[in-house]
Amino acid sequence: MKEVAFFAGAIGALGGAIAVIALRNPFYSVLALIVHLISLAGLFLLLQGEFLAAAQIVVYAGAVMVLYVFVAAYVGNVDEPLWEPIPGQRFIAPLLGVALFVELGIAIIGSGLKSLESEGPTVDLGFGSPESIGELLLERFLIAFEAASLLLLVAAVGAVVLAGRKRAS
Amino acid sequence: MDITWYLVLSALIFAVGVAGVLLRRSPLVILLCLELMLNGGNLALLAFSRSLGNEEGQVFALIVMVVAACEVVVGLGLIVAAYRRRIPLNVDELRSLRG
Repeated sequence: MKEVAFFAGAIGALGGAIAVIALRNPFYSVLALIVHLISLAGLFLLLQGEFLAAAQIVVYAGAVMVLYVFVAAYVGNVDEPLWEPIPGQRFIAPLLGVALFVELGIAIIGSGLKSLESEGPTVDLGFGSPESIGELLLERFLIAFEAASLLLLVAAVGAVVLAGRKRAS
Repeated sequence: MDITWYLVLSALIFAVGVAGVLLRRSPLVILLCLELMLNGGNLALLAFSRSLGNEEGQVFALIVMVVAACEVVVGLGLIVAAYRRRIPLNVDELRSLRG
């Protein structure tokens, strides 16, 4: 049962990822990324990350993607010229991607870690629940939490400054 | 399912994101590919967190999501600002910062 769920999620995530880079219209790329994110949330559930799966759908597939959809609709279809500054970029780029994957695959499989060849230890029921994540976030990782909130504030102010209307001057 | 499967999938998603950044020239799609890479990293963090039976990896993944949200906000702000000033949205032509 878990295998079926994993492969369904993996196909969704991978298909969405490939569709993002293969589709020519940015609007469709954004929609493909939503498919990718929702499949990935399913995989997070399989890994017992309940809170993260919920956050992934609410924050990512919900809020962030709405922002993307708005900008894609506002900017419209940007046609990518066929002119290539680096000759053969179309063929070299996927080749580099494959090379990176092979390298990472060698690193993962060649690490020979025993713990990677199992489903992981049995964990108690509350693993990854909002309660336990919140406890960690507000006790052990309080500084990271506060830094993240400060970062969000700075990013919001920066976006207003960047995208705001030009002042009459 | 073995944790290795999840790690290989995350490597695959990351590689697809890298190929997209190298291949595409619309800044909007490049931002989408950055999201792909961050999500590949998140999947690996969750897989290791499960493999160690320790929730700290999930907190890391949550912070990564926050950073990704910031990156999106600033990146989209830049794209909108460039579009308003009639600057072509093509990363090959946006090279006035190149030495």
